Amino acid sequence: MKKWLRRHETYVFLVIVLFSIIITSQNASFLTLENLFDLLKSYSFLGILAIGVLFVLISGGIDISFTAVATVAMYVMAIATIQYGGNMLTAFLIACSVGVALGLINAVIIYVFNIHSIITTIATLNIFYGVLTVLSGGKWIYGFPTWFREFADRRVLTLTNEAGVQYGLSTITLIWLAILIMAWVILRYTTLGRGLYAMGGNPDSAARVGFNIFRLQMFVYAFMGFLAGIAGVIQALLVQTVAPNSIVGKELDVLAAVVLGGASLFGGTGTLLGTMLGVALIAVMSNGLTMMRVPSFWYNVFIGLIIIISVSASAYRRRQRERRMIAVEAE
Amino acid sequence: MSGVGTNMTQPFLSMQNVSKRYVGVQALDAVDFEINKGEIHCLVGENGSGKSTLIKIISGAVRPDEGAQIEIKGERFLDYGAIDAIHRGIEVIYQDLSLFPNLPVAENIALSQIVARGNRFVNWRDVQHIAEEAMDRIGVELSLDELLADILIADQQLVAICRALTRDVRLMIMDEPTASLTRKEVDSLLAVVHDMQSKGIATLFVSHKLDEVLQIAERVTVLRDGEKVGTFSSQELDDEKLTMLMTGKRVEYTQYVAEGQNDDVLLEARNLSKRGNFQDISFQLHRGEILGITGLLGSGRTELALALFGANPPEAGEILVRGRPTHLNSIQEAIGLGIGYVPENRLEQGLIMKQSIGKNIVITILKKLLNEFGLIDLNATQATIHNWIEELSIMVPSAGSPAQNLSGGNQQRVVLAKWLATDPDILILDGPTIGIDVAAKRAIHDIIRELAKQGIAIILISDEVPEVLQNCNRVIVMHKGRFIAEYDPQQATVDEVQDAIYLAGNYSRYRPRS
Ligand SMILES: Nc1ncnc2c1ncn2[C@@H]1O[C@H](COP(=O)(O)OP(=O)(O)OP(=O)(O)O)[C@@H](O)[C@H]1O
Ligand SMILES: [Mg+2]
Repeated sequence: MKKWLRRHETYVFLVIVLFSIIITSQNASFLTLENLFDLLKSYSFLGILAIGVLFVLISGGIDISFTAVATVAMYVMAIATIQYGGNMLTAFLIACSVGVALGLINAVIIYVFNIHSIITTIATLNIFYGVLTVLSGGKWIYGFPTWFREFADRRVLTLTNEAGVQYGLSTITLIWLAILIMAWVILRYTTLGRGLYAMGGNPDSAARVGFNIFRLQMFVYAFMGFLAGIAGVIQALLVQTVAPNSIVGKELDVLAAVVLGGASLFGGTGTLLGTMLGVALIAVMSNGLTMMRVPSFWYNVFIGLIIIISVSASAYRRRQRERRMIAVEAE
Repeated sequence: MSGVGTNMTQPFLSMQNVSKRYVGVQALDAVDFEINKGEIHCLVGENGSGKSTLIKIISGAVRPDEGAQIEIKGERFLDYGAIDAIHRGIEVIYQDLSLFPNLPVAENIALSQIVARGNRFVNWRDVQHIAEEAMDRIGVELSLDELLADILIADQQLVAICRALTRDVRLMIMDEPTASLTRKEVDSLLAVVHDMQSKGIATLFVSHKLDEVLQIAERVTVLRDGEKVGTFSSQELDDEKLTMLMTGKRVEYTQYVAEGQNDDVLLEARNLSKRGNFQDISFQLHRGEILGITGLLGSGRTELALALFGANPPEAGEILVRGRPTHLNSIQEAIGLGIGYVPENRLEQGLIMKQSIGKNIVITILKKLLNEFGLIDLNATQATIHNWIEELSIMVPSAGSPAQNLSGGNQQRVVLAKWLATDPDILILDGPTIGIDVAAKRAIHDIIRELAKQGIAIILISDEVPEVLQNCNRVIVMHKGRFIAEYDPQQATVDEVQDAIYLAGNYSRYRPRS
């Protein structure tokens, strides 16, 4: 019981519940299965990227370039698929390979030239995106094959509402879930995952214990790239068009979700549960404000406020804990 | 039980002609060194004499210069490196402990074992098991689920030892393991070292606390300016002889005698209280007075110091500076009132390691070094830097080299210089000589006394009872957040004060198995 009170996740969860109550009181269609499934589908994109960012933050780094990576992966995938055909598997394979390759470029620059990850990825964000814009001429791409369109509407569970409209659990949500489980196993049950936490907590010690820091870095940024690739395909599935500017700009939403979920920008801490709650909070906020007909620019203000409150609350709790620790003996 | 398993015929580790040269310094100069199986061996020497460098060479972290010979159990090494050291059972606990603050205790202990085994997957029951086994070997109990950052430094040290014990250790090396521990905790640590000895594990440790060196070590190796003075059996040494060997000169302790009492009260506390920190604290601090505060770690002394520095405002009571009631809600306010504070944990919060020594010294006083154009006056800056380097006899290749190249003790002096440079009226020193060698300690004591003579009021907080007794006008013992006794150093003895501290506390966190 007490342990729960000390966890950041508990508070995020309570805030989500609170918001849900407020929103539902204004608009009853918020708390429906249909809306839930809808959110689970449309936020797969954000949720998958957030997992990648969580890995990077745990390892003590940061990645800003993943939206550009996702955009490039999406373009390459779209062009290849429309020109040469293929299937869902090849689409994912192509996008993920592109993502991994670009992620490795980040890792190598960060490690070999010893440049801070934030600088590196701001630079590569601009390079990746810039090169893409030049090569694509900023053109939109339409006309995906039918199988691509059909996949987006596939569901594993289908229900019908009073109006006769079908809804349900999308296959896209399942992809998110599968990645979530994979990420959980990596973080919790593999030496690699524990190495990421170790590296984020104290890189020198991690090297002394015997971890290969370069390999860990390569993995983290490659994994981020891999997930960016998947997210790129999912974005294409969701909107069925590919535009150069449809993803770039969402970095901050993703980072916000992960930080709201309790991951520290200083590395070494953060959980998947927290991150998913962070994504949920952002989803509820954004969706809820729309449902309450609040003008959309308020969304940014709210997100900003929540981040500040959340980060200062956790800093406050940490300070309290340190106080308690120092003052053990005094009565 | 002493000398168990000591095998005189063949040493465990033997090194000949070990030298190491860094740019501008000969850190080690043709040193020979030996340690036997199961021996407890101490390495002593002044700051910068090459102790840490020798340790790094033994652990393979630093390669010695050409011509060194290294033998472990009779086996010669041509190109000795970290892997050789690890495979032969040599484990080092560095001063920073090299642990992971963000991970639980159990994982901190077991992680290196898991990596070494090359396991892909982590079995948490296994982690628990490895940790428990390591704790059993030396009979300690730690809460395995707690995050490392949430446990005491003394326990963190035990975690580091346990981690080393997960391997088949033959030689455990500790660089200044006791610098941040209280007396009681040191005793527990020494008990652990004895316990390891009975299992045939040799221990080599570095310490500046000579009494504890003499208490535990079988043999002591003394280094001076990178050269070996000799290896001695601890029976043939005493405090004075050891100091003599280390410094090459006699360092005498003199009792500080205050020059009459000044009635001018600079700082006064009236019934200060803060829940969980300190309770009902009242005292007066006069101009030119040195007030000593001692007590166990966790007795509230640091919390009180922080309160007087505006960093930990009390909940009740009054603080008066020069007779005027003040709130002291922030550090800026305290600094504005002429209060300076040298923190306890200087290794962590004191220095910008990659910056030059000079910049580190003047960083707190940049405002004072501006010339009429509002730019930094380079001549004044250089003069200040050199003045402090000389004043504290900081051993530096040049003021421009980065702080991280300095030996541990010299880094501490730089931090001290940085705070002394602010020229405060009221100075709070929290453990100012931790990790500093005898001669330098003496130099710092002289500085403190000199500052008092100039009229600065000083609060000197220290674990070491002799330190406060020798340098203060008055000594107060703190326990569980309260002042429990006050002594006049002219009359009180070290034992008397020591007793007051321990009898009051029943501080038994460590449980020896026997
Ligand atoms: N990486 C380095 N580069 C340049 N000089 C160094 C480096 N490491 C150590 N030195 C120098 O070598 C000398 C010996 O340093 P060492 O750290 O071995 O001293 P120490 O005996 O451990 O001192 P302390 O008691 O202060 O810890 C010092 O003068 C130090 O400045
Ligand atoms: Mg040292």
